[in-house]
Amino acid sequence: MSKNAGSVTFQNVRKSFGSFTAIHDLSLTVQPGTLVTLLGPSGCGKTTTLRMLAGLEHPTSGRILIGGKDVTMLPANERDVSMVFQSYALFPHMNSLDNVAYGLESTGLSKKDARQKAEHGLELVGLAGMGGRLPAELSGGQQQRVAVARALVLEPQVLLLDEPLSNLDARLRRRVRTEIRELQQRLQFTAVYVTHDQDEALAVSDQIIVMKDGEIAQQGSPRELYEAPASPFIADFIGEANVVPCEIIDISGNEATISIGGLQHVVPARGARTGKSQLAVRPSAITLEPAETAAFPGRISHAAYLGDHIEYEAETSGGTLFIVDPSVDRPLAPGTRVAIGLKNRGIAIIAQ
Amino acid sequence: MNNRNRRLDVVLALGAAAMLLLPWYRIEQGFYSFTWLSDFPGKPAAAPGFLQIFLNGRVWLIAVLLAYGLALAARFIVDPMRRGKMLALAGGFGVALLALQGLAIGATGFTWTISETVFGPLADGQPSMGAGAVLTAICFVLMFAFGLAEQGVMRGDAFVVATISMLVFLVAVFVFYPIGSMFIGAFQDFDGSVSFDGFSRNIVDPSIWSLDCVLGGARCGVAWRTLFLAIMTAAGSTALGLAFALVATRTRFPFKKGLRLLTILPIITPPFVIGLALTLLFGRAGIVTQGLSTTFGIEPSRWLYGLTGIWIAQVLSFTPISFLVLIGVVEGVSPSMEEASQTLRADRWRTFWRVSLPLMKPGLANAFLIGFIESMADFGNPLVLGGSHGVLSTEIFFAVVGSQNDPARAAVLAMILLGFTLSAFLSQRIWLSGKNFATVTGKGDSGAHIALPRPLSIGVHAVVIPWMIFTLVVYGMILFGGFVKTWGLDNSLTLAHYAKAFSITFRDRSLVWTGVAWNSFWTTMEIALIAAPLTAIVGLATAYVIIRQKFAGRELFEFALMMSFAIPGTVIGISYIMAFNLPPLEMTGTAVILIACFVFRNMPVGVRGGIAAMSQLDKSLDEASMTLRATSFRTARKVILPLLRPAITAALVYSFVRAITSISAVVFLVSAQYNMATSYIVGLVENGEYGVAIAYSSMLIVVMITVITGFQLLVGERRLRRENRISASRVRLPTAQAKEKTA
Repeated sequence: MSKNAGSVTFQNVRKSFGSFTAIHDLSLTVQPGTLVTLLGPSGCGKTTTLRMLAGLEHPTSGRILIGGKDVTMLPANERDVSMVFQSYALFPHMNSLDNVAYGLESTGLSKKDARQKAEHGLELVGLAGMGGRLPAELSGGQQQRVAVARALVLEPQVLLLDEPLSNLDARLRRRVRTEIRELQQRLQFTAVYVTHDQDEALAVSDQIIVMKDGEIAQQGSPRELYEAPASPFIADFIGEANVVPCEIIDISGNEATISIGGLQHVVPARGARTGKSQLAVRPSAITLEPAETAAFPGRISHAAYLGDHIEYEAETSGGTLFIVDPSVDRPLAPGTRVAIGLKNRGIAIIAQ
Repeated sequence: MNNRNRRLDVVLALGAAAMLLLPWYRIEQGFYSFTWLSDFPGKPAAAPGFLQIFLNGRVWLIAVLLAYGLALAARFIVDPMRRGKMLALAGGFGVALLALQGLAIGATGFTWTISETVFGPLADGQPSMGAGAVLTAICFVLMFAFGLAEQGVMRGDAFVVATISMLVFLVAVFVFYPIGSMFIGAFQDFDGSVSFDGFSRNIVDPSIWSLDCVLGGARCGVAWRTLFLAIMTAAGSTALGLAFALVATRTRFPFKKGLRLLTILPIITPPFVIGLALTLLFGRAGIVTQGLSTTFGIEPSRWLYGLTGIWIAQVLSFTPISFLVLIGVVEGVSPSMEEASQTLRADRWRTFWRVSLPLMKPGLANAFLIGFIESMADFGNPLVLGGSHGVLSTEIFFAVVGSQNDPARAAVLAMILLGFTLSAFLSQRIWLSGKNFATVTGKGDSGAHIALPRPLSIGVHAVVIPWMIFTLVVYGMILFGGFVKTWGLDNSLTLAHYAKAFSITFRDRSLVWTGVAWNSFWTTMEIALIAAPLTAIVGLATAYVIIRQKFAGRELFEFALMMSFAIPGTVIGISYIMAFNLPPLEMTGTAVILIACFVFRNMPVGVRGGIAAMSQLDKSLDEASMTLRATSFRTARKVILPLLRPAITAALVYSFVRAITSISAVVFLVSAQYNMATSYIVGLVENGEYGVAIAYSSMLIVVMITVITGFQLLVGERRLRRENRISASRVRLPTAQAKEKTA
């Protein structure tokens, strides 16, 4: 299937629904054989983007290319993509085999060949021998795998996945996302994956495109997004962060010295310049010591015991901080005055 | 592109065939008699369109040929945008030209004086359109649709664009064109010349508009009487319907199943049957009248014949419909609202008046509207019971068939009737637009409805139980009346009426249907069986388009369709004979006009059923099918239709039954060759043959009950398998989430 993997290009795509503009001016490229995630809060335009790629919506202006071919005006059934729906959209009156064979028969394959390929597709997702079951007789995870098989047997240039895990429970979600990623790595197809769950995005993607209000907020590899967020929004959206105002007082080489209140700390510079800036601080990168006076003082306002860690909220001069503290043996009561310190990892200057 | 060429080639070939191989004009003996084959292609009557131009001097058809040529040329353009534009232009142009020439040139020459002054008089006119012309028109519509699709309209989906275009075309021809003709008919004399005499004479006619009864005079005009009757009927049936609905849902009434059975009665009862039964009870020779006269010496009077009698018959007929509407409304009031009210220290009485009833208001308005329109449209009961006190619908009928024979008057009366129903429909729409208390949400609502306050409960029971008994007696009369010799005079039992209507004899070793009813019975069955699937197809296709497709003018389209629900059958009937009696489309006296009438009369119900069923199907099923390379035609056939089976069955049953029972439009459209059961029965009633009429009616009811039970058994069987489907639908998104995603 790898030989069929195609690229995806959006050129200045705009999409309006009446007076509401869902996508403003979107340009992006997906390399063949990679898995790219569209990530963002609900209403950010990620699903609209995916639907335009599938041909279920047509852009108001701009061009869409799949495998280098302009498909902007092509209806969904003439595009070489296939899609896994959030609801799976399995046809409830057909058994799994007929569901998987449906697309093959639409393309004009004989019933016999279609069934043979469909059997193979079910085998691929580990459902060999389950072809006779109706969707209602399958578990949620199995239905999801039928939906993936149904999309994959068409050997599309691009596989589209629209929040494919959102109907599964948390435990299953982790397993299935691993399976999808393994399948993608093994067969080397191009995949565009929509999700609002940043964990999922970090776990499966080669590239993540974070969207906000119909525009791209930032794109890059999972590590780039986590370690070098370009805006407070990204910092908070990719793995939660406290955004704290700070001052960069010195840059030397790759290191910058920053100061929050009276606390000084050294972080990777990443091209920042001296002056006022903002710092993304992960909740687990903060240390708390009971102390009456400190360089960066705070006061615990809220504490919640969660088994393997305690979550605190602390009032400081830099605003309310959210802290995850693994030392559960030494709980701090609300009202305790603390000295706030920073660890070496999990702190990044937000590029301005 | 290949696919596009293929479908275009098929249509182009069809168009060529329509112009070369089929007789262009209507064949007197009927197309399917194939008598035209001997005259084809030389004789003018049977010549195809192409030859009509050159042999018979119908030069105006060259324009049609040119439009076809344009489409043919577009076939060979490579650039899809230009090709689409040209194709759409050719198709639209072709349809418009066909319509224009058909309307402008009638049987004897130009119909409009303006065209005569411009082009000079024509030597010869043209007959009405035949197979060739109709097929050509359809081809042009399809070319237009393909042209739009190739320009990317509706995401380039030719099937969808073609469906929409065909529906708009059909609705225009069979709903708007007749109504328009009727309006024009009001301004025409017998010979077709324009004259305002008939209109102005009728529109101010005191027998229509007189307000004498208010001023102490004898009686009001027919328009006011009809309006008054409609309001009284709507109020009566809504109040009774609400009482029934409350009893069925909020009390411990033991015969709830029986109540539900009531809801199918109006569907299977021919509309004049209630009136007939009432005459058997309360007429001068009726049981009750006679009984009172012998026991108490009360003089038999004719009180039943007039508005009172019509009112009772209509309330009896329409209460079940309003019950059907209101039971959903009463159940739809969320129990949690009532529970909330109770936890806020309100007693049952206050809860009912301040919470439940206000929430039901839109539903009550709906039931009122239906009662109002049904009463206005009702033809059978006023005909049987009206006596000399006619209402608009019967006046229209007598204006056409009676000795007056005044089509302009019929048209004016029909316009007044249409004015009343449409204003009721529009005012309800406007009133409801700000008030949508839909309390049935996607979330499961637990909790139970509270019981009615005790006095109210006693009150509704006191209304419902006698009325139920009354209904049972009335229907009993219908079944019983067919076995009595001469009602009131000779009450001995007999099978003579059934024998007269439905006798079968063996003669010369073959079966002979000797009964007088068989002819109309089989015609009815035949036409109902043809109309039912067509109604279902048109209705479901419309529902599909409305629910699943977004296009410019969709709301207008939906509104126009729903509005056709407010057009009374009498108006449809009168407008059909006015539109389809002369070229360009001549269909009176054929089965086609009856079928078309049924399809477009009953379509709104099919549409609503389809909409309800289709909105329960997750849209992602269609989309999944599309992304799996299926065309929308394949999607409709393989995914949507199989899942809509119950809705299809319902639409089939409903349109079948309605085709058998309807009368108001039918009386205008039947002919000696195609007589329908209902109009035949009306004829029997007019001749005073009550026994045979009642025997025939009860036979119809039995046949329809058989059909409905048969279908219901089929649906019931499917329901077992649908259990799977229901649990399968659990996989679907909660609606709110789905909405958020598409936003």
